[in-house]
Amino acid sequence: MALSLTVNGVQTPADVPADTPLLWVLRDVLDLKGAKYGCGIGLCGACTVQVGGRAVRSCITTVGSVGDQPVTTIEGLSPDGSHPVQVAWEALDVPQCGYCQAGQIMSAAALLAHTPHPSDAEIDSAMSGNLCRCGTYLRIRQAIHEAAGAQVAANK
Amino acid sequence: MRIDRRSFLQLSALAGGSLALNLYRAPLAGAQQPGAPPDLTPQAFIKIAPDGVVTIMARASESGQGMRNMLPMLIAEELDVDWKDVRVEQAELNEKIYGPQYSGGSSNTPRGWEPMRRVGAAGRQLLIAAAAQTWGVPPGECTTKSGRVLHASSGRSLGYGELAAKAAALPAPALASVKLKDPSDYRIIGHSQPGVDTRGIVTGKPLFGIDVKLPGMLYATIEKAPVFAGKVKTANIDQIKALPGVRHVLTIEGGIVPAAYTPWEPGMEPGIAIVADTWWQAQQARKQLKVDWDPGPAAAQTTDGFHKRAEELLQAQPGTTVRKYGDIDAALKSSAKMVEATYQYPFIAHVTMEPQGATAHWKDSKLEMWSTSTLPADGVGLVAKTLGIDQSAVTTHMVRSGGSFGRRLQNDYLVEAAWIAKNIDAPVKLLWSREDDVAHDPFRPGGTVGLKAAIDAQGKMTAWRHHFVTFGDERHSTSGGGIGGDSYPAGFPPSYALYTTAQPLMLRTGALRAPGDNAYCWVSQSFLDECAHAAGRDPLEFQLDLLSNSRSPWSVSQRDAVGDHEPTGQSVLIPERFKGVLQLAAEKSGWAHRGKEAGRGMGIAAWFCHLGYFAEVVDLSVDAQNKITVHQVWAVGDVGSQIINPAAAESMAMGGIIEGMGHLAQEITLVDGKVVQSNFHNHPLMRMRQAPKIEVYWRKTDYAPTGLGEPTLPPTLPAVCNAVFAATGKRIRTLPLARSGFGWA
Repeated sequence: MALSLTVNGVQTPADVPADTPLLWVLRDVLDLKGAKYGCGIGLCGACTVQVGGRAVRSCITTVGSVGDQPVTTIEGLSPDGSHPVQVAWEALDVPQCGYCQAGQIMSAAALLAHTPHPSDAEIDSAMSGNLCRCGTYLRIRQAIHEAAGAQVAANK
Repeated sequence: MRIDRRSFLQLSALAGGSLALNLYRAPLAGAQQPGAPPDLTPQAFIKIAPDGVVTIMARASESGQGMRNMLPMLIAEELDVDWKDVRVEQAELNEKIYGPQYSGGSSNTPRGWEPMRRVGAAGRQLLIAAAAQTWGVPPGECTTKSGRVLHASSGRSLGYGELAAKAAALPAPALASVKLKDPSDYRIIGHSQPGVDTRGIVTGKPLFGIDVKLPGMLYATIEKAPVFAGKVKTANIDQIKALPGVRHVLTIEGGIVPAAYTPWEPGMEPGIAIVADTWWQAQQARKQLKVDWDPGPAAAQTTDGFHKRAEELLQAQPGTTVRKYGDIDAALKSSAKMVEATYQYPFIAHVTMEPQGATAHWKDSKLEMWSTSTLPADGVGLVAKTLGIDQSAVTTHMVRSGGSFGRRLQNDYLVEAAWIAKNIDAPVKLLWSREDDVAHDPFRPGGTVGLKAAIDAQGKMTAWRHHFVTFGDERHSTSGGGIGGDSYPAGFPPSYALYTTAQPLMLRTGALRAPGDNAYCWVSQSFLDECAHAAGRDPLEFQLDLLSNSRSPWSVSQRDAVGDHEPTGQSVLIPERFKGVLQLAAEKSGWAHRGKEAGRGMGIAAWFCHLGYFAEVVDLSVDAQNKITVHQVWAVGDVGSQIINPAAAESMAMGGIIEGMGHLAQEITLVDGKVVQSNFHNHPLMRMRQAPKIEVYWRKTDYAPTGLGEPTLPPTLPAVCNAVFAATGKRIRTLPLARSGFGWA
């Protein structure tokens, strides 16, 4: 069945069954490798992308359920890595292995879009669905605060 | 320990699994293996473009330890270029020209520290020689700065880019002859340099093993028996072949003979490989697969059975005396106080965020592999042996992986991908599901330890006896389940005995970050805390006193524990360094003035492994439901004279602590030979809301730098459990926490 997806602002046909998880369409059909497979059942957050501006686990989101909502992946978060979250992540050198980080960044960007100045508790609540096996949580928290500060600066 | 320069220049190529495994635990022992050193040349590692851009080859595999930074930084420092002008490129696998390319045992720093700097310095010497020839002046009159050779007296200078072609044609100097910088002149070493892949990671570039894509590539999944080494009797293969997207269905006979001792690489596990146009299709087809398994003898194994047998063995005569000195029995009999306890810890899985997998292409009788192995040369040997081909027919591209923690030292998934590739006519990417990854992990083996210690009337420890019940046969401990005669506190109590007994295990086990130590530190440092309390003394003061009691060090000529990657006795604990980290951690955490609030407590622990020393203090609360919240951790590390990349080192230490907390709640259990756990809901990792504040301090000492990926982890477990005791008066002697009635908040 030919579906149509809007991914990173581009309308894209995808000839896959409607019950295919969005993750595998992004990765293996559209060749967008940023979102990662980690658990397949929505427990780890490595596959996080934004659908209609909300952070979702693409491994348990069927492509048929996306409809005409825009999908944003790490590749489309900014044209050149200049999103405040990406800038903060790079400045603090957050990643170790880096595998979970695209999902972390997509969750953090969704958080900041709705909560521009999150407290530690709000960060913990929004980010506790994203596992990091390397344990970079403290850097992630710090980077979100830095990105929030940068957003404030940019909006002034 | 002073590191002998000659031992580092004898870089031996890996000869096989057993050597590599020795290196994993005791890198110095490996560095001292005899063998012809490969000729490391600056030309192999350094490329300089006419515009002055310097490309440095990163030789070691990268799975998040920062090896693509750390080793090239050493070269760049001595080459005397600015890090901003350096591009790092991952070397292909070729140990003849790069030396050892594996990452394990926190050994890249001690193994690379001297040779990598000498490679850089040799490059600098060649560039100076080229400039001196050009100008007709003695090389001794030339200096370098930021990628330029300078001739001060004439005011002339040439950029490295302008000199590169001439320098590359000159004979490389002997590495031993080149002059190294004074550390006070370092401009790169000791200065944080962001990860060379960080920008690619934050922008979602396809950097990982799972991201490899080749034209015409197919995708594979493998259904294996739920019981280790179980064989396929029959399967509905024809039905699966007809499903959408399915191209091939292959039966893997496998090569494992279940036995009491399961070796490090026991052979391929039997199963059914499904190859399809997409991985999702392969997985969907797998759901329709019906296999009649012959489970074999491993089906009789259960966790409860292991525990029952361990308790029986603890009461029996020990199988092996690993080390014994002093009159231990007399000391225990005559003690004013005897402390006795049994500790038990479970099997746990690695669960790297990126599940195992590899890409391979068999074409024209040659094999090309995209490998995330952290022991890649071993992988080539194993693949060649399994496929019956010559190693020279194999090319390996070393790809970044989403974590290893010791998992990717084993090459089972690589062999599987290669085997499938050789049986089909297209490139293929094998990917394990998370459920495969949990069920078929080479687990950190569990263990049971019976301990006895004697305390005299003055509150001093006079004897320490431990009997470690592990897994294996009469001759071998299972991988990750051995213990060496140098294991702390050996050498400190006036009398001491370490015994081991093994029970059979038909299961793959392996090296999890700080293998052996990640469990044994918990046992040893928890029991020491018990002894201190029994003696009525402060745990820190009690341990410092014990450390003042040093005996002669362990000698390699003494019989060591069985086990294929266990201590060789060459990594000798230096009491002053152990004490140093303990004292600094106590000072930073305010240990002496800690509060006595009900339900809140501080615990302290330290350990020495992989040549590094770490002490940690944990401050936590325990609520009425026995849920634990860690508020803060203070960590102090002594890994020698330099912290090469400080921001990355701090992050690595924090990660080791958070992983150590994770270990406390994890457990793999077997019922009828089948692994019960399957994914992150029943084999959990710590989550952000559980991550405490962590302060990391370095105690720099006058020893050559060593690694820190592993030694950061072990003290976390006992420090938490000792703090729980301080908070509640309850001693955690059985892991995971849930088996002792505790859990994370």
